[in-house]
Amino acid sequence: MGKTLSEKVWDEHVVRSAPGEPDLLYIDLHLLHEVTSPQAFDGLRLANRTVRRPDLTLATEDHNVPTVDWDKPIADPVSRTQVETLRKNAADFGVRLHPLGDIEQGIVHVVGPQLGLTQPGMTIVCGDSHTSTHGAFGAIAFGIGTSEVEHVLATQTLTQARPRTMAVTVNGSLPEGVTAKDLVLTLIAHTGTGGGQGYIVEYRGQAIEELSMEGRMTVCNMSIEWGAKAGLIAPDQTTFDYIEGRPEAPTGADWDAAVAHWRTLRTDDDAVFDKEIELDASTMTPFVTWGTNPGQGAPLGASVPSPDDFDEPTDKVATEKALQYMGLEAGTPLREVKVDTVFVGSCTNGRIEDLRLAASILDGRRVAADTRLLVVPGSVRVRLQAEAEGLDKVFTAAGAEWRGAGCSMCLGMNPDQLAPGERSASTSNRNFEGRQGKGGRTHLVSVPVAAATAVRGTLSSPADLAPIA
Amino acid sequence: MDKFTTHTGVGVPLKRSNVDTDQIIPAVYLKRVTRTGFEDGLFAAWRNDPAFVLNDPTYATGSVLVAGPDFGTGSSREHAVWALQNYGFKVVVSSRFADIFRGNSGKAGLLAAQVDEKVVQRLWDWLEDHPGGEVTVDLESRTIRAGAGEDAVEDSFDIDDYTRWRLLEGLDDIGITLGHDADIAAFEATRPSWKPVTA
Repeated sequence: MGKTLSEKVWDEHVVRSAPGEPDLLYIDLHLLHEVTSPQAFDGLRLANRTVRRPDLTLATEDHNVPTVDWDKPIADPVSRTQVETLRKNAADFGVRLHPLGDIEQGIVHVVGPQLGLTQPGMTIVCGDSHTSTHGAFGAIAFGIGTSEVEHVLATQTLTQARPRTMAVTVNGSLPEGVTAKDLVLTLIAHTGTGGGQGYIVEYRGQAIEELSMEGRMTVCNMSIEWGAKAGLIAPDQTTFDYIEGRPEAPTGADWDAAVAHWRTLRTDDDAVFDKEIELDASTMTPFVTWGTNPGQGAPLGASVPSPDDFDEPTDKVATEKALQYMGLEAGTPLREVKVDTVFVGSCTNGRIEDLRLAASILDGRRVAADTRLLVVPGSVRVRLQAEAEGLDKVFTAAGAEWRGAGCSMCLGMNPDQLAPGERSASTSNRNFEGRQGKGGRTHLVSVPVAAATAVRGTLSSPADLAPIA
Repeated sequence: MDKFTTHTGVGVPLKRSNVDTDQIIPAVYLKRVTRTGFEDGLFAAWRNDPAFVLNDPTYATGSVLVAGPDFGTGSSREHAVWALQNYGFKVVVSSRFADIFRGNSGKAGLLAAQVDEKVVQRLWDWLEDHPGGEVTVDLESRTIRAGAGEDAVEDSFDIDDYTRWRLLEGLDDIGITLGHDADIAAFEATRPSWKPVTA
């Protein structure tokens, strides 16, 4: 019997396998940031251990950094200490760091692919659940906790039980204006937040193949939001074209050898998945969340559901609690939900393609009078590219705030936060209670929906906008 | 890591599903560079509500949290496990845990005991009839018990063999792996030259 893509990549990294024990898996790339690493480095110091492979380790600052005044000292002393701790740890242990102010700084999951460090067939980990993003390149990539960060620093390996395999096949093509974000939000509403638990998921089918690398990263990024261990996509010409010429990509004979190997990274025709899901992309529409987990979503054209719409008692209770927290009335058309703040950015939708798409909708339009729009590039490189293309001018002319690179309003840790009761339309990945700031109310949306919502002030798609005269 | 064999302590019913790690500890509390002191952020938003279970003095010494399905979803922050431990919890019982949370618990020494959904409901019912009652979790026999007599609850829980062994022995994961150093070095010798490096 043949093997699935994830089994091939997994098997290539097994250092040691013993009955009754999890596999010992080699890690090709370990990404670090300031929030989940300090206690791991402390552990190394206490045990008098070193970083085994600093040459397979990369650190940047993203979660806890401001997106304005990034050239000044961080105002919050506790945040500053955390960032300074990473700088000291990187220096002490010989780890390459791209700090705030560096041209390669940015969200860790934007930086890896952009440098060409993220390549097919690798194992990639980071103390961040959205590490699944890197699966877009045909890598097994997943988030780990701080104890595991310490384990990888010390040994360059992880003990991991072999997950089951799942295929999500998305047939047909996405209609015009429907994006990778809508696709993955539709999927999560279908599976629920626990549907992927215990699985490595391979996304495949025509709609997936037709996605750009940016779109594929958006899909894989949200694998964790339906509980999957990791999500990945078989590498193809789109993948190779994206990687070629990047600073850390192989060159010359190494490039040829790498591509020859990458072409073998496909699920064999006779391989069997433990579970399969099929979806039809051609029926998908702009999709938004109304509740407090990413599975509580509906088409933009629908109305806020009622607890009575659900059969399971736990779903009824969860819906009731979500509507109460979100301040929504069942039956309200989603298009009538008024939004205070729109956030375009994050490791889900903060890449150059996302900013181009947002700018194409905002060009010649204005952000609604009582709405605020934050546009936050995923990395310094993305910011500079956008500025070179004049996108920043489009954003500021429309009345948006153009910021520096970082996680920003995705997680309510740095200064970019919602106020209690404030409602956002956000291109990020989580609508949990308080995720974007205590008491904040989040609707997860695609980039086009975010841009159109900023213009109309209520949840909208570009089709709802008046043509530009 | 301390050995975990059996624990008896006050059971705390948390009647919610999908308790994500942003609920367990919001990001704004993740700025510490230590492994201690995170109890102040535990369920921070809910603790403003006087009716929240942890604000009930009955549960002041609670150490066995009994929660709804899909506990620990979302962010990989191990701070969620530390916050529960720093507060005094030794065990979390749920019918379904998110993978990363379960993994972090095993590494940090918090027992994530997975039971059937019906067992969670029976424990909730029992705790409602016996507020402040104690629950015993025995890792050796993989059983969970509450009360005695007619309404007693006793059932088994799931935990993978490897994590159970490590918890029972209180073993250091990194130490075990470093024992396989020769295997790691042999594997490294076979890595292709085109694999990327950061240095």
